[in-house]
Amino acid sequence: MTVNITNTLKQGQANLEVFSATLQDLAEADKNIIAVTSDSRGSGKLVPFAAQYPKQIVEVGIAEQNLVGVSAGLASTGKKVFAVSPACFLTARSLEQIKNDIAYSDNPVNVIGISAGVSYGALGSTHHSLHDFAVLRAVNNIMVVAPGDNFETEMAIRQAAALEAPVYLRFGKKPMPFLSDNKDFALGKGREIREGNDLAIVATGETVWPAMQAAMLLEEEKGIEVGVISMHTIKPLDTALLESIASRYSAIITVEEHSIYGGLGEACASFLLQSGYQKKFKIMGIPDEYTVTGSQLDILGHYGISEKGIAAEVLKLLR
Amino acid sequence: MTTKELEIKSLNYRKKVLQYIKKAKAGHTGGSLSCTDILNVLYNEVMNVSPENFQDPNRDRYIQSKGHSVEALFVVLADQGFYPESNIETLCQYQSHFIGHPTRKVPGVEQNTGALGHGLPISVGTALAGKMDGLDYRVFTLMGDGELLEGSNWEAAMAASHYKLDNLVAILDYNKLQITGAVKDVCNSEPIDQKFEAFGWSVKHVDGNNVEALSETLKSAPFEQGKPSFIIAHTVKGKGISFMENNIKWHHGVPSDEQYAEAQKELDSQLEELSKEII
Repeated sequence: MTVNITNTLKQGQANLEVFSATLQDLAEADKNIIAVTSDSRGSGKLVPFAAQYPKQIVEVGIAEQNLVGVSAGLASTGKKVFAVSPACFLTARSLEQIKNDIAYSDNPVNVIGISAGVSYGALGSTHHSLHDFAVLRAVNNIMVVAPGDNFETEMAIRQAAALEAPVYLRFGKKPMPFLSDNKDFALGKGREIREGNDLAIVATGETVWPAMQAAMLLEEEKGIEVGVISMHTIKPLDTALLESIASRYSAIITVEEHSIYGGLGEACASFLLQSGYQKKFKIMGIPDEYTVTGSQLDILGHYGISEKGIAAEVLKLLR
Repeated sequence: MTTKELEIKSLNYRKKVLQYIKKAKAGHTGGSLSCTDILNVLYNEVMNVSPENFQDPNRDRYIQSKGHSVEALFVVLADQGFYPESNIETLCQYQSHFIGHPTRKVPGVEQNTGALGHGLPISVGTALAGKMDGLDYRVFTLMGDGELLEGSNWEAAMAASHYKLDNLVAILDYNKLQITGAVKDVCNSEPIDQKFEAFGWSVKHVDGNNVEALSETLKSAPFEQGKPSFIIAHTVKGKGISFMENNIKWHHGVPSDEQYAEAQKELDSQLEELSKEII
């Protein structure tokens, strides 16, 4: 089922806030739900959680390697652990712990990267996580997920909690619109949230919304109908959906708040090329350079990840 | 088990460690021989863990942070009945689960380890879960002194005392050597006892190749209520084989036919001495 949406969408909460509210709800019903944080309960919106469920939060202080090791130990006893830390530190400083203590050891921790991508804006490159898809795609036995709106976020968290397998979930800080009335969601299955004719945009996380805006703009101004897919799960990639897109559209653009290297775009390109599809294809993301200064929207806009920037790429590819 | 029986077990374990390293043409000889007595006492005298209770949430946990001394662990787990000893004959061979570091594909292994500085943080989480659930299991982790240079250990050491994990016992296989040379020359980590005490642990020294002393010390943990216990087990790298002892060449050396025969002869003569004493 696909649903076209209009420009009247209301703004929702930040996915991060939905994460904390959903975790609180899960913790109410299940005492085995444990949040582990590295001095990040504030930025992780877990202050109300800590007040409500003081026995279900573990604070390890500013120690990300220990955060992941402790989470693995807790999970090994049957606890349903959410290890919460800024994505930039969690997926770089603790990469070996995620690889060995969680993924290789099969300890089913939910690794929660908060303030991901360029959410921290002007705090600069130390605080940006533009490598997390790439490094975790290369780690065996962990799912990589970046929900595109509040609905996907809540569903992803609930399904991850029930999955009993390692999952990386990435959340940004800005308020999110509701993408679609389509209430089908499954981890590992992309959502075609807008049908089109010639070109499909495959986006993930917070870039799904500007992709959708671009599609609406193009329809309004040029009469071009662009399909939009929220590929919330980057690994494992929904290859069935990709094949379906490749057979219906003549061109594909991928969009992500991540380096152009190793993320959603390269994952799609790799699959399509190896499966015999030769399409007009463009990867939109952050180029291989130190990011410019500015807010999250400034930075994304600078690199063309905006309504207008994506629309311009669509026109270029359809030319 | 009597002290003599434990000592005989240690010698037999050492014979087997050498046997499988020789067959595999690979392995961490020196470190496996230094920690053999510690593993012997843990599994035969101290821990409540067995093939029968391995799924029991209240079993004691052993996490080998110094994963490279896995040959000693494989031999001891076989002796405990987790699998037939003949399985170890596949050590490091194509498609074997008995690889050069602990993996959970081998029955009895709690966590996959190998990269250093991981065991203590995992042990902290496991011990913390025991406290949360009101279970009285204990978590034992074996660390190397070279390994202490990894910063993650100190993150975990702080958390362990913060959470008053007196169900956690870390044992340092203090053989004072790492692959490059003496730990104090590579990057001095002394004074280790004062560092752990300053981090809120209760610390004891013990002769780590003396099964009686080890048994007494390990059984006395926790040394203080509300504090994690740290045991500095003074050991000899390559323990039991004269030409391997304190020689960094044997960090992961594999004996030649002659060296192997000589080593087994030395262990056999030690066994003979012990048997005489029993009679």
